[in-house]
Amino acid sequence: MSVNKEKEVLLDVKHLEVTFSNSKKHVFKAVKDANFQIFKGETFALVGESGSGKTTIARAIIRLNDTSDGEILFRGKKINGKLSKEDKKWVQRNIQMIFQDPAASLNERATIDYCISEGLYNFHLYTDEADRQKKVDMALDSVGLLPEHKSRYPHEFSGGQRQRVGIARAMIMEPEFIIADEPISALDVSIRAQVLNLMNKFKEERGLTYMFIAHDLSVVRYFADRIAVIHNGRIVEVAPSNELFHFPIHPYTRSLLQAVPMPDPEIEKAKELKPYDQEKENLVDETGSLQEIKPGHFIFMAENEREEYEAIVKEMEKVKE
Amino acid sequence: MSEQKNIILSVKDLEVKFKVRDRVLTAIRNISMDFEEGKVVAIVGESGSGKSVFTKTFTGMLEINGEVSKGEIWFEGQDLAKIKKDSDWEKIRGKKIATVFQDPMTSLNPVKKIGDQISEVIIKHQGKSKAEAKKMAIEMMAKVGIKDPDLRYDEYPFMYSGGMRQRIVIAIALACRPRILICDEPTTALDVTIQAQIIRLIKDLSEEYGFTTIYITHDLGVVANVADVVAVMYAGQIIEYGKVDEIFYDSRHPYTWGLLSSLPQLGEKGEDLFAIRGTPPSLFEEIKGDAFAPRSNYAMKIDYEEEPPFFKVTDTHYAKTWLLDPRAPKVEPPAAVKELHERMLTLTSKGGIYGER
Repeated sequence: MSVNKEKEVLLDVKHLEVTFSNSKKHVFKAVKDANFQIFKGETFALVGESGSGKTTIARAIIRLNDTSDGEILFRGKKINGKLSKEDKKWVQRNIQMIFQDPAASLNERATIDYCISEGLYNFHLYTDEADRQKKVDMALDSVGLLPEHKSRYPHEFSGGQRQRVGIARAMIMEPEFIIADEPISALDVSIRAQVLNLMNKFKEERGLTYMFIAHDLSVVRYFADRIAVIHNGRIVEVAPSNELFHFPIHPYTRSLLQAVPMPDPEIEKAKELKPYDQEKENLVDETGSLQEIKPGHFIFMAENEREEYEAIVKEMEKVKE
Repeated sequence: MSEQKNIILSVKDLEVKFKVRDRVLTAIRNISMDFEEGKVVAIVGESGSGKSVFTKTFTGMLEINGEVSKGEIWFEGQDLAKIKKDSDWEKIRGKKIATVFQDPMTSLNPVKKIGDQISEVIIKHQGKSKAEAKKMAIEMMAKVGIKDPDLRYDEYPFMYSGGMRQRIVIAIALACRPRILICDEPTTALDVTIQAQIIRLIKDLSEEYGFTTIYITHDLGVVANVADVVAVMYAGQIIEYGKVDEIFYDSRHPYTWGLLSSLPQLGEKGEDLFAIRGTPPSLFEEIKGDAFAPRSNYAMKIDYEEEPPFFKVTDTHYAKTWLLDPRAPKVEPPAAVKELHERMLTLTSKGGIYGER
């Protein structure tokens, strides 16, 4: 799938499948044959509705969910399935996660000092107490919090501040790769921008790689370099961010784009809804696969659908000119 | 704020206080507002701004440690702020003023059949027989867009998707033909594609039944879609009020500007998104002057000393900021706000980012 050969692949997901079952009869495929690569230094967004499997993919990467098929390679090394103790630690240390609800992901009975240093304790990443303190202070400072906040508890903070703590405890591990699972969904509009800007700052300063999970395309457009759209456990379209917004090809992507509410009464009131109907569109053929339709732009399709999609691409390019 | 109109609900100098341990929090600080019959009013603000608390006073649903400490709420010739007994509230709540909450899973009873949850409301408030109520419930289910309602009548909430559950909650709320429907973030827990459908449904039903809708949300995209009138709340007060066009195309309060500018739809790739700095003030302390002043780029000395009154922009548009005082220096809103409509038109034009394909 790599288009840009000089880019270094950090995470490579091949034919990933995750299933859940409560008995031998009821097996639910949450993720079906997912294929994508994340390059070093980029922000890769995974967008889809709730239940589409986007969080399941993230949890499979950090080994919280078992995988039933396929491979996940991190820096070329397989990280799913059975691993040695050292390898597990290596994954835990280098891939960090920022969760949606900072109130639920922080231990409410622990001070901020402990919340942030938890990873340092687990991996003995400090030489002495003074070193640990210094690291915590630096992490706090980098997210715009003060050293005096260390002795406080999570409930004493606002939602935006708690999410900063969540970011600080991920950043202190100096990870290469961060998975952010809807990091701003629980935050207020006025605070969201602060957190997004902060995450962008870290990306530039430390060359971080992000996988950003969201259900809202408008947030992702601003933040992501490349976007994968997932529907019912199936990645249906992958493209660079600008390309996806200018040439959304898969009907599901188009219905997602169209559903983004626009903050403009005149436009919004005139909008006609075109909901996505999988059966009617009949475009997600289970026998299909993700195929490149334009350089770097992938669509999930069956072989006999290629012509149809190519026609759509041509049509769109005409409009753009 | 408006004269000679058909006012269904009128709030005067409302103040709500909560006792939290041994401290007092003032959640609503002197709100006066009239709700016009048949209109869709959107109340916008961040969490903690008091938008939910404000509307909970209309149905007597304040938490036990909260009380209306001042003010009046006039509805059908009665001051709701004076109601003390829960039995009196039952004549209003659900019957005349109904609420649709954010999370449909928590507002439905998980161990009771969907249909029964609708008909029980009809039996209770309209005194119908069981058979009649069932018939009406099935009609109501069809109305809110449930396919095969007679078959799905006997199903349980877990068998419904999130969007379908919210449709049921709406059916329950409307079963008594309320005069006012309060929608408290009705689509926040739903996906964008479903959200658009639910918004449309509420809008269509309000036109059909003629009820007044009060929409609580922090999503300005939703507001643009549904609202006739918008009230922006900050720190327990309404700080700007006007017709939807006036708020989106000609807003005057720096907080409204901030909200509009921080929308990701307007962000340019590679540039920082506009962010309102700081956090909202603590409502435990007394707020002096304009509550937004410490976060505002336009704050003047007086903003820290004296609370601004409402200044009139048009007959329908008011804003509570000293910037509108004739003595204040003239300031221009940020470019993103001034050019909002042009920018959105470009984005949604044919071939634009959110454009038609």
